[in-house]
Amino acid sequence: MKSIGIDSGSTMTKGVRMDGAVIEKKIMVPTGPNPRKTLEAVHAELYEEGAYTVTTGYGRNLLKASDKQVTEITCHGLGAGFIHEDIGAVIDIGGQDSKIILLDQGGYVRDFLMNDKCAAGTGRFMEVIVRLLQMDMDDMDTMVVGASPAKISSMCTVFAESEVVSLLAQDVEPASIAKGVVESICRRTANMAMRLPLQGKVFFSGGLSNVAAMQSSLSTHLGMEVVTHENGQYVGAIGAAMIGARQKKE
Amino acid sequence: MTVKVDKIKKELPEIFESFSEARRNGFLGAKAFKEQNRPMVGTFCTFMPQELPLAMGAAIVSLCATSDETITEAEKDLPRNLCPLIKSSYGFGKTDKCPYFFFSDLVVGETTCDGKRKMFELMGEYKPVHVMELPHNPVADRSLGMWIDEIKKLKGVLEDQFDVTITDDQVREAVVLRNRERKALKDFYALGKLKPSAIGGVDLLKVLYGSTFKFEKEDSIRELEALTEKVKTAYEAGQVLEDKPRILITGCPIGGVTEKVVKAIEDNGGRVVFYENCMGAKAVEDLVDESQEDVYQALADKYLKIGCSCMSPNPHRFDLLDRALDDYQVDAVIEVVLQACHTYAIETTSVKRFVNDKDRPYMSVETDYSTSDVGQLNTRMAAFIEML
Repeated sequence: MKSIGIDSGSTMTKGVRMDGAVIEKKIMVPTGPNPRKTLEAVHAELYEEGAYTVTTGYGRNLLKASDKQVTEITCHGLGAGFIHEDIGAVIDIGGQDSKIILLDQGGYVRDFLMNDKCAAGTGRFMEVIVRLLQMDMDDMDTMVVGASPAKISSMCTVFAESEVVSLLAQDVEPASIAKGVVESICRRTANMAMRLPLQGKVFFSGGLSNVAAMQSSLSTHLGMEVVTHENGQYVGAIGAAMIGARQKKE
Repeated sequence: MTVKVDKIKKELPEIFESFSEARRNGFLGAKAFKEQNRPMVGTFCTFMPQELPLAMGAAIVSLCATSDETITEAEKDLPRNLCPLIKSSYGFGKTDKCPYFFFSDLVVGETTCDGKRKMFELMGEYKPVHVMELPHNPVADRSLGMWIDEIKKLKGVLEDQFDVTITDDQVREAVVLRNRERKALKDFYALGKLKPSAIGGVDLLKVLYGSTFKFEKEDSIRELEALTEKVKTAYEAGQVLEDKPRILITGCPIGGVTEKVVKAIEDNGGRVVFYENCMGAKAVEDLVDESQEDVYQALADKYLKIGCSCMSPNPHRFDLLDRALDDYQVDAVIEVVLQACHTYAIETTSVKRFVNDKDRPYMSVETDYSTSDVGQLNTRMAAFIEML
């Protein structure tokens, strides 16, 4: 049974087509100003006759061809459990929110917390700072190696932006500032995560999960093992496709 | 069992309408009431013993506002980081946009939370306000004595203000009347015990909220009884709602714009079967003991047992939750916390533990009087219900 899972996030739209437990095809495109069109394009790209489609993420209700809509919380839980065994929790840092999902042994959601009130500690926060430092997200790891983190005290994205501007004016190295931002996001996320009784390994998903410095900083602040995967950004889409694989196309 | 949804709502539009439109239609009712030269007393919390104004033939109206319309005006005097209920209520009073506030001859407040306590000082500048000093420890012996004194003091204030004498017999009659209204309300919300459900959570709330804008208790009792009877008859005739995960709502007062939380639950596959909040069962569940010789002690006993988070310790909230979780066959609990309501926010930790110990999932959501978080609320509720 083939299934398609599409995660329409605030920044990126991710889609996978799965044949049972095998990922046949995956794509990721910027969501852009028209999430509906982006969803439709991703769906067209993955489309195959008879495949059951499940959508998730902010835009989950926008695709007409979607057979089922499930929240990103449930999908992230299932997807993470698929990628990595013995996961006790998922930390997802998305484009405009972050969430901590506590899982039971079957990969089902036991409890969750969300910061969906503001951009603090999300991918958007990182984006704003990276733009200010005129650097590329992909260079983050090489840049922050060996740098000592500058102290960023504002968690509000807007205030942090002006804080960074004044740090630059004080001649603080951009590498230190970047490291400081990584630390700041991870500390905040870990503090939120520790409100739940975390156990076992923590899976780190979302757009920032391929930054190794984020992974290790999260692990330090949590005092727990944090794992991720090259498909870390596809976790929601994979979870959606897994739900689809269990349904019958009408 | 396969069942058809929304049958009941279509069968009984006019009587539901009577409650759901009660706040709006109540403006005319309030005017008519005042034209009979009868006084109206505005209240903010459920601690005010309604029996006293009732005893002198006054109407009681809740002034707890539920929209963000006047918050900007309120923020000229009050800090932004304050509970929206307090800001909104103050704003409606100040701008005279609320006819109930306008018609209230006296406003009675209580020293419940810090926000309301201090707000009343400012409100007193443009409206006659009497503030009852509410003890915050419901189990200490001295609290009961103090609350009896405060209740008697309120009686004196009412007598002075309206130039009447309130006799003990009148108070006793009011106790009986108000108990009858409580029983009617209890019988109505007990419809939530039915499984599968007879009535949806949005309708349940509309009636509970609407009943606070009915000024003649006898009318209110009659209408509630009739409504309960109709829903029961329809249910017995097979008009039941689809079985869904059964949700109990607890926390801050809801109604008006915060109905958005109830909608988010019910639009995403849940069914609210019980409201523990003060718009629901919190202040209705226990009756005043009619057999007690000293009627003021009987009143103090009852009102001191209201399980508001301003109380510490607050055992009565947990007693009610405990019973309701079982009696209403609740699957999960959602707590609604209004922004900057410290006492409810802090108590979420104890409520979560309590609910989890009873093997039910729990989630708290913080919200305000705007509609900007409806999308997030929907995602949270959907995820929570998917989890059940």
